[in-house]
Amino acid sequence: MTLLKDKIVSSSLYVPVQATIRDIRALTPLEKVFSLTLPDGMLLNHEPGQFVELSVFGVGEAPISITSSPSRSNGFFELCVRNAGDMTGVLHQMKPGDVVGVRGPFGRPFPMNRFLGKDLIFAIGGLGLAPARSVINQVLDERGKYGKVIILYGARTPGDLLFTDELEEWDRRSDVELHLTVDRPAEGWDGNVGVITTLFSHVQVYARNTVAITLGPPVMYRFVLMELLGKGVPEGNIWFSFERRMKCGVGKCGHCQIHHLYTCKDGPTFSFAEIKHLEGAL
Amino acid sequence: MGFRVMPKSAFPGWVEQMLQTYRVVGPRKIRDRYMFDEVNSPGDLDLTYSTTVLPPKKVLLPQHEELLSFDLESGKMEAAIDTQPTVLLGVHTCDLHAIRLLDAVFEDGYADQHYIARRQNVLLVSLECLSPCTEKSFCKSMGTLSVTEGYDLHLTDLGDSYAIDIGSERGQALLELTENAQPATDADYSRLNQTLSDKWPRFPYRLESDITELANLLAVSYDSDLWEELGEKCLGCGSCTIVCPTCYCFNVIDEVDFSLNAGSRIRQWDGCTLSQFAVVAGGHNFRSTNQERQRHRFFRKGKYQMEAYGLVGCVGCGRCAEACLVDINPVDTFNELSRRRIPMTRRHKEVLP
Repeated sequence: MTLLKDKIVSSSLYVPVQATIRDIRALTPLEKVFSLTLPDGMLLNHEPGQFVELSVFGVGEAPISITSSPSRSNGFFELCVRNAGDMTGVLHQMKPGDVVGVRGPFGRPFPMNRFLGKDLIFAIGGLGLAPARSVINQVLDERGKYGKVIILYGARTPGDLLFTDELEEWDRRSDVELHLTVDRPAEGWDGNVGVITTLFSHVQVYARNTVAITLGPPVMYRFVLMELLGKGVPEGNIWFSFERRMKCGVGKCGHCQIHHLYTCKDGPTFSFAEIKHLEGAL
Repeated sequence: MGFRVMPKSAFPGWVEQMLQTYRVVGPRKIRDRYMFDEVNSPGDLDLTYSTTVLPPKKVLLPQHEELLSFDLESGKMEAAIDTQPTVLLGVHTCDLHAIRLLDAVFEDGYADQHYIARRQNVLLVSLECLSPCTEKSFCKSMGTLSVTEGYDLHLTDLGDSYAIDIGSERGQALLELTENAQPATDADYSRLNQTLSDKWPRFPYRLESDITELANLLAVSYDSDLWEELGEKCLGCGSCTIVCPTCYCFNVIDEVDFSLNAGSRIRQWDGCTLSQFAVVAGGHNFRSTNQERQRHRFFRKGKYQMEAYGLVGCVGCGRCAEACLVDINPVDTFNELSRRRIPMTRRHKEVLP
């Protein structure tokens, strides 16, 4: 069985494998989920929190978090991509059957073994649900290994909520607590309105046994952090995933550096304890 | 093993021999400045050069380098690996130290096959510096005024001849291209030792703190007012990183040919002092001011690289100080940080010549 990772140490770490788009689902006008298959039964073999470098040949390459969980990657994997730049703009025009380039998986995954037996609270904003979904579905597929699962998710408007089918599925489960909020409501929205921190009053956690995983835009992190620290969640139990510009994925091109750390290989997952001294990290 | 001695009169013949088998790159004079460039005949070389505009890193990590080519119609994709046998001649010891850092970076973790392949096919012939390149160089302060490893051959100018130290088997084979390199005599040892001891006092110490203190100095200087002052002066032109022998940050872009179906993925130099370096899709800039970018640059030079690789991140060549249009330079920066922390005695001058 060949792994995509083995490709990195063959001829050149920069040569991607040509993956085929097997399916595309539009979640919102800006976000689509691309389901990709690797050639010749090659496996991605990723862990939650990792990312790939995704290429559209002739346009460029960018780091994209893997949204499918390892537990649900049977011969394919999924990337949820916002149309935000040159490469993603062209990607959004592509059709099933088209070929893209993939390198990876890169980055330090979330330390799932350290989360075993813990209550998990997810605080997610916007596109942060893409990487979070990989963790959440992994946890739900091994549900007995974890304590409570609380998911707080905020988007700008109801129309910006991603993976609404799965949100409904999670909401129906008795072993998952899901709270949604939007900044601006639309007609028919009877849920919470306000920033994500307004959801914290709805949840009870046993702080010392809680792991928090917070994924979202940088502006959200500070406020979520204040809530979590305020509830007494230990600094080493609060986990983020950071977005940075990346060109290599292996700690050489320099773009993703936060002080001495490389987001691509030392992260993108970091605990607050690891980065709290590093101004500009959050 | 001792060293060999080659009369200078035999040097051009040796280079001629190299040119039969190797691409030879060395310092050439272009108008009133020097650059590392391909040599077509021994006369092109000028080993008396001061410093070059760009460091020899450009031979190992070209400014514009094809990483791979792709053809969308055939689905073919191929890595571009350059294995051209090359002699890199006349490398000053500061630049040799810089190449050791580049080696460490590109070999670390997932090795960069493009750099490694080129590096394995480059023979390094370094050159002992006998006087300071420029007023801006501070190699003595950075501990790069001398070198004991990392070269294939190392030359020291003895006036009418070169003392040649053999650093590797490949270097030995290169030296065997000439019959004019003889084992050193007692008189040669004496001349070499005299030359090396004479050179030392010609170089000034320019840093007021020891290099082993730089990382700690920076650690307590993150909030120094100096960064704001540098940020106000800095034009964000990126020259400091381009001319730096230890800067290797790069961008990767695609270039497409006229068919729109085939093209290349290109690596090109980038620099953390350029404004767009840390911008992500959507426009957020994680280092949005010159102040933050200059601070990051100096932290890499004085702290991060030393901590990550055990090698100096700044080799004291002085090129960035020469290139900077507003006179931001490492010596003044580190010394000013040090002054603003605690008054430092000029201990080097008391202890060493």
